[in-house]
Amino acid sequence: MAFDNYARAFLLTEIVKGFMLTLKYMFFMPRVTINYPYEKGPISPRFRGEHALRRYPNGEERCIACKLCEAICPALAITIEAEPREDGSRRTTRYDIDMTKCIYCGLCAEACPVDAIVEGPNFEFATETREELYYNKDKLLENGDRWEAQIAANLLADAPYR
Amino acid sequence: MGDAAENLDMGEETQIRPFTMNFGPQHPAAHGVLRLVLEMEGEIIERADPHIGLLHRGTEKLIEYKTYVQAVPYFDRLDYVAPMNQEHAFALATEKLLGITPPKRAQYIRVLFCEIGRVLNHIMNITTFALDVGAITPALWGFEEREKGMEFYERVCGARLHANYFRPGGVHQDMPEGLADDILQWCEDLPNFLGDIDNLLTNNRIFKQRTVDIGVASAEEAMDWGFTGPMLRGSNVAWDLRKSQPYDVYEEMEFDIPVGKTGDCYARYLVRMAEMYESIKIMKQAIEKMPEGPIKMNDYKVSPPPRAEMKTSMEALIHHFKLYTEGYHVPAGETYTAVEAPKGEFGVYLVSDGSNRPYRCRIRAPGFAHLQALEFLSKGHQLADTVSNIGSLDIVFGEIDR
Repeated sequence: MAFDNYARAFLLTEIVKGFMLTLKYMFFMPRVTINYPYEKGPISPRFRGEHALRRYPNGEERCIACKLCEAICPALAITIEAEPREDGSRRTTRYDIDMTKCIYCGLCAEACPVDAIVEGPNFEFATETREELYYNKDKLLENGDRWEAQIAANLLADAPYR
Repeated sequence: MGDAAENLDMGEETQIRPFTMNFGPQHPAAHGVLRLVLEMEGEIIERADPHIGLLHRGTEKLIEYKTYVQAVPYFDRLDYVAPMNQEHAFALATEKLLGITPPKRAQYIRVLFCEIGRVLNHIMNITTFALDVGAITPALWGFEEREKGMEFYERVCGARLHANYFRPGGVHQDMPEGLADDILQWCEDLPNFLGDIDNLLTNNRIFKQRTVDIGVASAEEAMDWGFTGPMLRGSNVAWDLRKSQPYDVYEEMEFDIPVGKTGDCYARYLVRMAEMYESIKIMKQAIEKMPEGPIKMNDYKVSPPPRAEMKTSMEALIHHFKLYTEGYHVPAGETYTAVEAPKGEFGVYLVSDGSNRPYRCRIRAPGFAHLQALEFLSKGHQLADTVSNIGSLDIVFGEIDR
């Protein structure tokens, strides 16, 4: 045992071992890093990213102003005001999400009975100013229009589990 | 003016001993926002006074104003290195007050993800601990495996970190198809990675010089200071809540409790390494034994109805609305429910007054009890050993400051 220790101390086995490992990973292992802005890691259909308000295929907005999302939001990030439209249907006049308060728990999407508010697959919405993160209804609907294809595919993929 | 200058004793050496030094809150080895006021006699620590509260968010008070469902995401943000283990304690506490038992499959899923959380936590701890004592490679490397674990989190609940997945009465959604196989594959691959880390650290003389016989806590001291988890097991006390008071399906799992003999930083490192192998065993068993079936209570007073039913049945829709606005009322009572979180005993003391919100939710964070021992662990050691001690305490400020 003593000889073993001396051998280890003089032969610098830790360094040899460390470099062996490094060389092994350098030459014989597949690369695991990705070139981020150009390559992205996979995300699942359940991913909870930037919010979006969706529309029906005929262009009508889904949200019926039931305010369940406002009620469940633990961070009190959602503010809704609603009144009947000219045609008598109930729609929101104001739908604000304060993205700086939002904790991305997904409870709003879970609560929504018509799948109007969803947390979409987008996670790159950093802004330069704080004000840009106070989303209003226009911004949310625009998000919905932009990401609709992917959101719909994700909801479909996840439908059996919901 | 002239008098004042004359009265100053310029000749006498100014008394600066013991030298007081601030360690943190911006120090990279302080593991977050620990401010440590050190009184030093030369290089030797005479007193270590941790100042906490820089990450205080008032979680306990906030929860008093949230319904039980809304409170769950706040638990992710306590120990953000292993979020689901915290949720587990809250879910179990609420279930105990409600007097319900979630379905078997939900329990298995919870156990599975708790063990993934344990592996995530221990990888994080060991690698950053090694970083603190001078080994940079494990930290850069370990994050690859950690990333894989977090991908499983993401696939099951949609977030890599702040899961909001365990709910009172089960879990939020079933595991997607194929996830169990991928986790099983990860369980097969993980020992290789752990072997590499073991290869790099366990016999490394620098690592051993920095950790062996540093911060020794005897079994008695460890118990006196309220140590739990790997800290206690490192001091040769085989105490594990998963064995001593099994919750969910832990009693059906076969695993051992690794203990350290010496109670120093090195023993705690060894315990954490060994625990990851045990976690792999538990994960494999959980996947093998996992039955088919529902993943949350079939009682719509507690768990929301499935979406398809909510869309077609009026009653289900009413339940859905009721759950997401008012929540459910929990019978009056109180409970202390603890789980074996990766860092130690994480407990939730929940008092209900019969309304839909907790009357009081006291959180027992393991890191808090461990941090108070920092002084006794560091006293008489060198300044650099404090860093080893902090690393081996495995503190995360999310849970200490709450």
